[in-house]
Amino acid sequence: MDLSATTVWTVIVGLGIGTFLIRFSFLGFIGQRQLPGWVLRLLRFTPVAVLPGLVAPLVLWPAATDGVPDPARLLAALATVAFGIVTRNVLLAIVAGALTLFVSLSIL
Amino acid sequence: MSSTTKKSFLRGVRDGAPFLLVVGPFALLFGVVATEAGLSVVETMGFSILVIAGASQFTAVQLMVDQAPTVMVLAAALAVNLRMAMYSASLTPHLGRAGIWTRALVSYFNVDQTYALAIARYEREPAAPVRDKIAYFFGTAAPVCPFWYVFTLVGALGGEAIPPGLALDFALPITFLALIAPMLKSLAHVAAALTSAIVALALAWLPSGLSLLIAAGTAMTVGALVEMWQERQSAWT
Repeated sequence: MDLSATTVWTVIVGLGIGTFLIRFSFLGFIGQRQLPGWVLRLLRFTPVAVLPGLVAPLVLWPAATDGVPDPARLLAALATVAFGIVTRNVLLAIVAGALTLFVSLSIL
Repeated sequence: MSSTTKKSFLRGVRDGAPFLLVVGPFALLFGVVATEAGLSVVETMGFSILVIAGASQFTAVQLMVDQAPTVMVLAAALAVNLRMAMYSASLTPHLGRAGIWTRALVSYFNVDQTYALAIARYEREPAAPVRDKIAYFFGTAAPVCPFWYVFTLVGALGGEAIPPGLALDFALPITFLALIAPMLKSLAHVAAALTSAIVALALAWLPSGLSLLIAAGTAMTVGALVEMWQERQSAWT
């Protein structure tokens, strides 16, 4: 790939500063003041609104199989979500997903 | 350091340690992917040390490979990290009284794992002194974050040695699905998650990153509207 060092470092430094400011935002600048209710309501949905949209294309069209849907990866994704919902435990869900992936990759 | 503060720190270390199993492969994968995309080892480490947010680092590298304009790369990668504004907001009632430099350091180390562990503990013991809460937070970061740097370096230096049969590419989707699933605790959360996935898939033809921004905005609105509708329903019954 043909990326200039300037481009790469612009992204690294810009993303580093931007990410820090996002993390520092409320804790750093708001302190003890209260936010409007509707802002908090929207913010509460941030993780479930961002992560599924990020993950869905990776699950359906994995780059490792050149974008072709892969039964082993689909099964692993289903197992991860199912275990996560039932156990409410992130680590158990990851272990379930990884085991499903390795087992189905060796069988399918 | 008082003995309760020290105990809080050590407890954080103990609670954070199991996440090494997740962070290790994830960091390794980033090192491999970034160097394979053409980044130098120094640039790869620059990402993991200055940004320290895995999903956004992957997004940025992927979009640079796709030749997206720098502004779009930054906008999309920062959109992935917007959830951390919520982490920041929900830590504020617990840590807002700490000194400014401490809050800045907490902000730097505020990653999915440290946040999730810390907020769970603060909600169990809301009356704990601020310095113990801070100590617990840094305790969780102590094993997780250095591992992130070290395994990025291992991946960047030794990436070719990893057999492709390990399917490390799927460590990222599995980690994030596992983080999402326990958050699906109400109809509103499920609606937001489904909206996000469907809109992102439907708009996948748009310039990289833009689809995620639209999907996230739509999903937050849908989640908030469903929640308000549910509150009205329960108010009437």
